[in-house]
Formats: sequence, C-alpha cells, structure tokens
Amino acid sequence: MSSSVVSQTLDPSKCKQLDQFIDQLPSKKGELIAVLHKAQEIFGYLPKEVQQHIAKRLEVPVAKVYGVVSFYSFFSMEPKGEHPISICMGTACYVRGAEKVLNEFKKELNLEVGETTPDGKFSLLSLRCVGACGLAPVVMVGEKVYGRVTPEMVKDILKEYQ
Amino acid sequence: MSNYKMHVLVCGGTGCISAESGKIVENLIQCLQEHHMEEEVQVVKTGCFGFCEKGPIVKILPDNTFYVQVTPDDAKIIVEEHIVKGRKVKKLLYKDPGTKETIEDSKHMDFYKKQMRIALRNCGFIDPTNIDEYIARDGYHALGMALTEWTPEQVIDAIKKSGLRGRGGGGFPTGLKWEFARKSSSDKKYVVCNADEGDPGAFMDRSILEGDPHSIIEAMAICGYAIGADEGKVYIRAEYPLAIQRLKKAMKDAEEYGLLGNHILGTDFHFHIEIKYGAGAFVCGEETALIHSMEGERGEPTTKPPFPAESGYWGKPTNVNNVETFANIPIILLKGADWFKKIGTEKSPGTKVFALAGKVNNVGLIEVPMGITLREVIFDIGGGIKDGKKFKAVQTGGPSGGCLTEKDLDTPIDFDTLLTKGSMMGSGGMIVMDEDDCMPSVAKFYLEFTEEESCGKCTPCRVGTKRLSEVLKKITAGQGTMEHLQELKRLSVVIQETALCGLGQTAPNPILSTLNNFEEEYIAHVRDKQCPAGQCTALLKYIINEEKCIGCTVCARVCPVNAITGERKKPHVIDQATCIKCGACYDRCPTHAIEKR
Repeated sequence: MSSSVVSQTLDPSKCKQLDQFIDQLPSKKGELIAVLHKAQEIFGYLPKEVQQHIAKRLEVPVAKVYGVVSFYSFFSMEPKGEHPISICMGTACYVRGAEKVLNEFKKELNLEVGETTPDGKFSLLSLRCVGACGLAPVVMVGEKVYGRVTPEMVKDILKEYQ
Repeated sequence: MSNYKMHVLVCGGTGCISAESGKIVENLIQCLQEHHMEEEVQVVKTGCFGFCEKGPIVKILPDNTFYVQVTPDDAKIIVEEHIVKGRKVKKLLYKDPGTKETIEDSKHMDFYKKQMRIALRNCGFIDPTNIDEYIARDGYHALGMALTEWTPEQVIDAIKKSGLRGRGGGGFPTGLKWEFARKSSSDKKYVVCNADEGDPGAFMDRSILEGDPHSIIEAMAICGYAIGADEGKVYIRAEYPLAIQRLKKAMKDAEEYGLLGNHILGTDFHFHIEIKYGAGAFVCGEETALIHSMEGERGEPTTKPPFPAESGYWGKPTNVNNVETFANIPIILLKGADWFKKIGTEKSPGTKVFALAGKVNNVGLIEVPMGITLREVIFDIGGGIKDGKKFKAVQTGGPSGGCLTEKDLDTPIDFDTLLTKGSMMGSGGMIVMDEDDCMPSVAKFYLEFTEEESCGKCTPCRVGTKRLSEVLKKITAGQGTMEHLQELKRLSVVIQETALCGLGQTAPNPILSTLNNFEEEYIAHVRDKQCPAGQCTALLKYIINEEKCIGCTVCARVCPVNAITGERKKPHVIDQATCIKCGACYDRCPTHAIEKR
C-alpha cells in the first residue's frame, strides 16, 4: 500500500542513486547503517518515506530502520538548513565558554538546538568535539571552522551568510 | 626524499587545518615556484605536532626551526627570508612565556621536554599520505619480521611480556586479550580497531589516524597473524572525514605494495581491512555495543560473557583494540618487550597520549611516560593555568572519569592510581579547570551527556542518569536541598552496582568525585544559595562596588533592561528585581567595579 505513495513523494533520480548503491553491495546483511549513511548523503536527511523505501529494499521491518535512525545522533529526520551551524559542546569548548556562544546563536536566530529557521537558511546543532580543542570554543558553519569564538563574534559570523 | 635539500613540514591536523594550514601549504608551494625552488624544497603536510595552542605549526628541516602561529600570509616571508636567504623569521619563533627568550628547536621547549613519543612517533614527522616515508621509518618491518621469523605464539608472548594495556580506557592487558582470541577455535576470526572516539575533548585516535595511518594497518595485520584472523574492520566515526580519507589512501597504497591483501610479503598470510562507519553514539565505545553497531544494528551492549574473543562479530571470535593500543604494537616488536617495560611504571608500562585542554596555557596533544605527575603535565608541559588564575581541578577519563584536585597533583599517573583516586585513565581526555569553574555545573554537564547517550537498554542507566541530571539541574538553579545531596550519593552507588555496561557503571563518577572533593561547593549551592565560582546564573547577584565605581555610566548604557541607575560621576546601583544577570555590565566596566556574588 505504501510503496506507490513512497515513489511519488521521493525524487526518482535520488531513489535510483540509492538503489544503485544498495544493488552493488555484495550482501545486504549488516549493511543498514552503511545504506543510511548513503541515503543521508543523497537526500540530506532521512524522512519517513526514505526509511520506508530502505526497509523495503533491504527486506527489513520499517520499525528496525527507524530504531537505528533514532539511535544514532548522526542521522537526522529533519532537513538541515542551507548553512548548518554546529556549536562544539565538547568539554574543552564547554569550559572555555561554548554555552554562552550557543545561547547567543539561539537568541540571534530565535532557534533551539535541532531547529531550522523558517526560511531554511540556518539550522542550529550542537556537536561533540571537533578535535580542534586548541581553538576552543569552536563553531562550524557548514565545513568552515571558526575558532576562539566569543558571544560578540556571533553577529559577524551570521552576517557572512546573509 | 633524497633530491630535496630542505623540507618544510606543515601541520595538517584538524586543529591547524581549521586555522587555514591548507592555505599555508598552497602559498608556500606558490612562493617556492616563483623562486624556482620547488625541485629543492619539499612542502609536506604532516599529521598533528601536538602543540595545538600555537598552531598552525610549520617546521623546517634540516634546520629544525619551529615556527608557530603561522598565517597564510607568512608563507612569503618564510620562503624569502628563511629558505632563500637563510635568515630565521624572528616574529614566528616561539617565545618562552617565562624567560621571554625565543626558542628555535622544539626539543628545548617546555611543552616538548618531558614528552616521549611512541604512539605518536611519526605524527608531525612524515607525510601520512606517502607510504614510502612510513617505510623509511622502519614501517612494516615489524610485520615482515613477525610473518617470516616468528610464530603467532611468539608475537603474543612479546606483547604479553611488554605489559601493554588497552589504551581505550579499561587498561586490560593486550597480550592476554590476543591470547584469548588465539585460543578460540573457529573457521573465521576478526580484528577490530575501535576508532569511535566519542569522549568529548579527546582527539588522540583521530590524530594518530590522520598523522600515521599505516601504523594502524600494520598493527592490525600483526594482530590478525597472531590470533589467526584474515579480516580486519576499522570502526570509525563518520564525523572524521580527514582520518577516513587518509586511512583509505593508506590501505590502497599498502595493497599495492603487497603489505595488505593476499599473500602479504609473499607469505601465505592474507589480511583484508574494511572500514565500518559509526554514526555517533558514545556507548559504541563499549566493545559489545560496537560489534552490534558494525552489524548494522542499534549499538546496544550485551552482557559478558560471552566475551568478543569467544563470540563477537557475527558470532565469530573477535579481538577489539583501540587506535592508540595498535599504534604501540609495531614498535614493541621492533625494539623488544624489555625496552617497552623500562618506560613508564611497573604495572603500567609505556606512554599515554593525552588531549590536554581547558584552562591551561598550552592546549594540545601530548604523549608522556606513565608515572609522570599531574603537576608536571599541567604546569611544565601545559605551562600552567591561563590568565594567571588559580588551578582548581583536572578532569580525566571524560564522562566516565572524575575530578582530581590540588592534593592529587603529585600523584603519578597510571591506570591503577587514577582508579584509587576516584577517576580513571579513560581514553585520555584531560581537561584543566580553574577557580571560575563551578563543580556542580561540571557534573551536570557530564550527566546531561550520559543521559543523552544512554542507550536505554537497562533501567539503572536509562532512568538513573536522568534522575541524577534532574537533581543537578535543581541544585545549579538554586532549588536544591540537603536531601538532594544524599539522593545523589545513594542513587550513584545503585547505578554503579547495577548498570549493564561500562557507560552506566561509570556514569556517576563525575558526581561522586566532585562531591568528595568539593562538598562545600555543593553545600553552598543548596544551603546558602550561592555559587562560589560565579557560574550559576540563577544564584548570581551583580553588585557595584561603590568605592571602585567612577560613575562613567557605561554600565547603565549597556544594560539591556535598564536596571542600572545613578548620576554621572557618582556610584551607580543595580536594581536586583529588574536585573536579568546577563553580565553585560560586568564585562564592560572599565574599573572592574562590578562584582559577581
């Protein structure tokens, strides 16, 4: 019943890309996480329809797919903004004031962690240790890393993307 | 390497790349081309030098000149002055903060003097993307020796004799673990490298994979030979793109050289490695959880026994070691167990890599012999506390560890003494805290972490960490009672004794160790409704010291809620009912007249 709905809502070319990846796997056994990584790379996030599609292709229950997606912090069921902003909340960044920086971003963007602005431009995330503790506190916007960030710098960082 | 008369090593670790070291490499190459010197001078992007505080680092060989905090614009002056004219660039040299003297060679810097690099022996020295450079440093020699001259039992014996213990946190003897896996009979066995570094504030595994990926491949193959496995898996965080990229390149090169794959070095030994991606779950550091995650499932731990050595990946005997443990293997075989045993302490031989971070002057990745004291690490290598503040505590072992204080500074660091002090070695995060850090808040930070990372399988951890974190929230919000302190202790002990896996059993450590060492601070929060460190906003009061206030009106102007009033050139007053405790006045007052209480 759901399969016809699924193929209508998902971009067929993206689906095809994912199917090709699944088809070239030597075995489907134990590959759910690998497939989810690929799917998130293709679709940007893992909405219900993508999870249903994967369940069907790997011949596992949707509940199992959902169970794995919701277990790992790397998988997201919400679309990310055009510029995802990640504030490192590792211990080194925390003791050097990451929480104040995070609060400033929350205030400026009027967002909570995990949310995206209505125009789809920014989303706010927290992450655990980028491994650049020498630059603490660290903020990543997309792939770009900002080091030794203070609450005063937040406005200027956002300006670069507006 | 031989055609070049000079090498410029640029740190390509994550910290330095974040500070544009990639651009430095580009600019250096361009400048060298402009001077037609690209044939004589080689620019090498290496792994982490460790001195992240002063990054990006550029080192010039054979002169051994160590330049710090280099910017992409400095590339030009390095080429024109140092390389062309042979004059050192003074402004980029390291200045000793104490003596103010410039130091050219890193081995004379306090940061490096007491370090000893075994696991990090090649990081910051070779180009991690060039297999020849690894081989030139005796790379794959240990594997060749093991395959052609030693029996698997002899390899295991050497590791057992060396006394090497697992560097991922537990400290289990590596040789014994290998022996268990060797003795399990099965048609198929696996070697797994745990590179799922989830401890916030620890980045040594990532640095080793980025800076010396071949050492891990070599060690995994040695382990495969020793236990009788022909397949290896590296379980790595998907958030480590650079480490993954370098590891893939290294695997490909090793295969081309016949050092990985079928008939390694012409012998009958086959070994293949595959990368498995983690997806961000702290509990996957636990080996049974890690194995379930590798099988594509939720990373939930299961009870031991059976141990992975008997029944692991797909039910087959599996040996799991962490990255740093593997990095020690080749050199132990090369230099011998006796050499290794002489380093460190009797029960904890060798070295340990720590990610030194927090309120310390020299943040970075360090490797020190076991048995060194915390004082040497924090004050000699780390250069003391930032901004001349007072040392308060150092947290080791991440969310599973605890805080050590002033009285523990002269304790030798090894697996066992840290345990007796209520902390643990963990994977090697070492976060230094000063007088401004509030201990109940630190405990809250870690419990929020474990609460979120609890996989939910067992009740003590799932419900217990949530309750602990709720109580800590109340305490830091000024709603705590003395009974809450008792509840924290009681519940912590219950969780320690009843949780299923290491994550739950150690989750209360940050609370117990801070309660033990800083009980007065907790009492100040619940009884006096005060935060001595001035961190807990709900318990704070900003007050203007009348004697210091010059009436400049800056505070009244920056206050977003107009809570500050007063005439020009007269002491101002903060209306406590209106104040939202944002701290704007505190940060701006030119005479530091505003006090946090």
